[in-house]
Amino acid sequence: MGDILDSLREIVGERWVSNRPEELWYYSRDPGVLEPHRPDYVVAPQTPEQIQRIVQLAARERVPVVPMGNAMALTGLVIPLRGGVVVDMKRMNRILEVNERARYAVVEGGTSQGVLKAHLQEHYPHLRHSLPDAPAGTTIAANVALHGQGRLTQQYGFNSEMVCGLEVVLPTGEICRVGSPSLGPHWFSRGPALPDLSGLFLGWLGTTGIITKVGLRLYPNKRFREVEIFVTDIPELVPEVIYRLTHLEMLEDITVWFQPKPLMFKDNYHVTIYFTGDSEEEIEFKRKMVWDALQEFMDSKDGGFMGVDPLKPRMLEMPQRSVAEFADVPRGGGFEYSGPITLVEHFPIYAQKLVELAGKYDLLYAGTARVISGGHAMMFAISFAFNRADRAMMERVKSAMDEATEFALQMGSIPWKPNFMEQRMILQKIDPVTRELIQRVRKLLDPNGIMNPGNWEVD
Amino acid sequence: MGHRDEAGSLISAQEDPMLALRHDPDTCKECPSPRCLLDCQYMDMKEEDAREEILRLTRGEDSRVLEECMTCYGCEEYCPYGNHPFFLICEMREKKGMYVAPRPITNQWINMTQMQGKALVGTVKDVALSSCLLPSLGTMASGEIFAGLSSSIVFGAEFMCPAVHTHFAKMSVVKERLPIVLGNFQKLGVRELICLHDECYGTFTSLARAYGMEVPFEPVYYMDFLLRRLEELQEKLRPLEVEVVYQRPCSNRWIPQKHAVVKRLFDILGARLLERTYQDENSLCCGGILRLIGGYRLSDDVQRRNIEDMARTGAEYCVFDCPACQETLGPKVAKAGLKPIHMIDLCKMALGEIPKGEV
Repeated sequence: MGDILDSLREIVGERWVSNRPEELWYYSRDPGVLEPHRPDYVVAPQTPEQIQRIVQLAARERVPVVPMGNAMALTGLVIPLRGGVVVDMKRMNRILEVNERARYAVVEGGTSQGVLKAHLQEHYPHLRHSLPDAPAGTTIAANVALHGQGRLTQQYGFNSEMVCGLEVVLPTGEICRVGSPSLGPHWFSRGPALPDLSGLFLGWLGTTGIITKVGLRLYPNKRFREVEIFVTDIPELVPEVIYRLTHLEMLEDITVWFQPKPLMFKDNYHVTIYFTGDSEEEIEFKRKMVWDALQEFMDSKDGGFMGVDPLKPRMLEMPQRSVAEFADVPRGGGFEYSGPITLVEHFPIYAQKLVELAGKYDLLYAGTARVISGGHAMMFAISFAFNRADRAMMERVKSAMDEATEFALQMGSIPWKPNFMEQRMILQKIDPVTRELIQRVRKLLDPNGIMNPGNWEVD
Repeated sequence: MGHRDEAGSLISAQEDPMLALRHDPDTCKECPSPRCLLDCQYMDMKEEDAREEILRLTRGEDSRVLEECMTCYGCEEYCPYGNHPFFLICEMREKKGMYVAPRPITNQWINMTQMQGKALVGTVKDVALSSCLLPSLGTMASGEIFAGLSSSIVFGAEFMCPAVHTHFAKMSVVKERLPIVLGNFQKLGVRELICLHDECYGTFTSLARAYGMEVPFEPVYYMDFLLRRLEELQEKLRPLEVEVVYQRPCSNRWIPQKHAVVKRLFDILGARLLERTYQDENSLCCGGILRLIGGYRLSDDVQRRNIEDMARTGAEYCVFDCPACQETLGPKVAKAGLKPIHMIDLCKMALGEIPKGEV
């Protein structure tokens, strides 16, 4: 093991390697409820070539490699289940290119959401990316690798669908470019008209390679953003509300949420509707379209638009702080959620299940759903807040999460960023031919089985 | 004045939470001109129709008023006999289940204003300042005007007048909660309550009386208090020499006798109140409640007319009495070139506590 430490030092420099217990403690966990597991080393490379050498070393020594962004997935995706080397990407945080006219950026694999947001605000105020409601330190590469969502997901799909080129260090050590950058200097396409190889890396949770560069589509950043909140007490109405809103084809983001606390939110389902415009006229036009689309529900008294002015400054924040605040309601700052991707029409069923689980396990809940791609699907987050100092409460959260995943699979949904146990549940249920193909692809790319082992494994 | 049982004994509000509205149907029958509906800004009625509709209400029959009333409170002011037509409309709406607001919005307001034991009570002795459930009022109650009183602020659902539920025709909520609120003030031992929100003063002096509830303290209208303090602080007062328009809140309709205080205050402040169409009895709603219960079309139209009317005067400031109106209308007023300011802040400006022009 001493040889590996020396070799890592030789690759990245002494300062950027550690096997000190206090640092390994930090890299052994994430903020979710899963048990920690210590790595043997942590290393912070600065170039793709250094990563290439680290992976080659790991392959030679048969040591696991776990790529890590900001470790905020909450589902233990970067907890080194079998030890090995955690590759902390945060030194690779440069924005390499912004093509203003083609509206894309190329960033290094450890670039955070906050860095790109700030860069665009300062240098390209007419452009934005699909910012997730996650801490600003979370990384773009990790987000796309787990099919993350963001503020523009309602309009343009999962953030992973916004990828327009990748550079990846394969588990065998080669540096591979995917899409248009494999043919030339421009990062405008992840695949078309080539075979789309990005699918070998997106959604694989770091088990097929380490993303060192991401090409990411950017979108117009309008001058004004506005928000309205439609409220109903009938969950069965929510899919129809969303159907009518998405028909407008002019909304930035649509989320649905319900929670028992604070009391003002009790017993209601809130549809938050964001829209943007370059002029007040555009904003007002869109606002009227939104209201008109839902007028029928106001007439029947089944729904209405709540006064949003006092909440507006918070609602328009990007990213939102509400999740962090919800986490601390029971004190102790714990927050965990299961986020099945499912049909919008299933909203009432999931809402009922969440309330049932919260009652069964005596937990504080919040339900949130984000509309994806104009209503083709939604991500329904079954969320619980807990006190980290309360082991029994954490166990109850774990049990509730397991049950939620089981339910989601029964409903034909896809659990989002599943933890290793949920991945097994998925693989047990998935079509056997699909499962076999997943395993075959993985073995082909990672013949030594070193990449984030324990994830996407049948056994 | 309390509510009395058959034997003539006084019943405390807490003992009788479902107090009945003291409405006299004969007064409406004998009324020569039903101004309550004729003068309504939001319903268009001929005199004959207005008479017929109010009589329908007194007979407990369905009326278009139950569907069309936008809850501006105006009829409470228009009725020359103090017969409380608005409270009658609300009672009828609830009885018949003919609610004007969407059900989830109504319930949201009921939940939002629920007593949860989170009230903030300052150092209260004989006199207390009530900021209802409006935190901005608590913030404003500072400086020389409130010297010695700022720490006596009382804030929270436990001390909030529940009058807002009249907009949603939930009189049962008002009747259930108001006696508790009155009891809470009684427990504090308050003898005099300075109401910083018109709605509180209107509730304690008009609504409570209409239902025969006993108010165990002396409600003081905050503009009366401002007037008194400005007279005491006259030496420090510097006339503002500004031109203003005024946005009258709905709840001031419950206490029309206090509307005159506004003009006296402007006089003492050196603020010239400019004439406009939508003032005094002809005032328009800020649009906040209209939007919640009636939708954007009516709300937008009312706000547009109101703001255009304000802008036409060329006034520098739009003075608000109610923080909720200010929150709703303030940004739009500012876009029209007027400076939105609350009456308390205008007084502070005249005392040099807020720089002139800085709002």
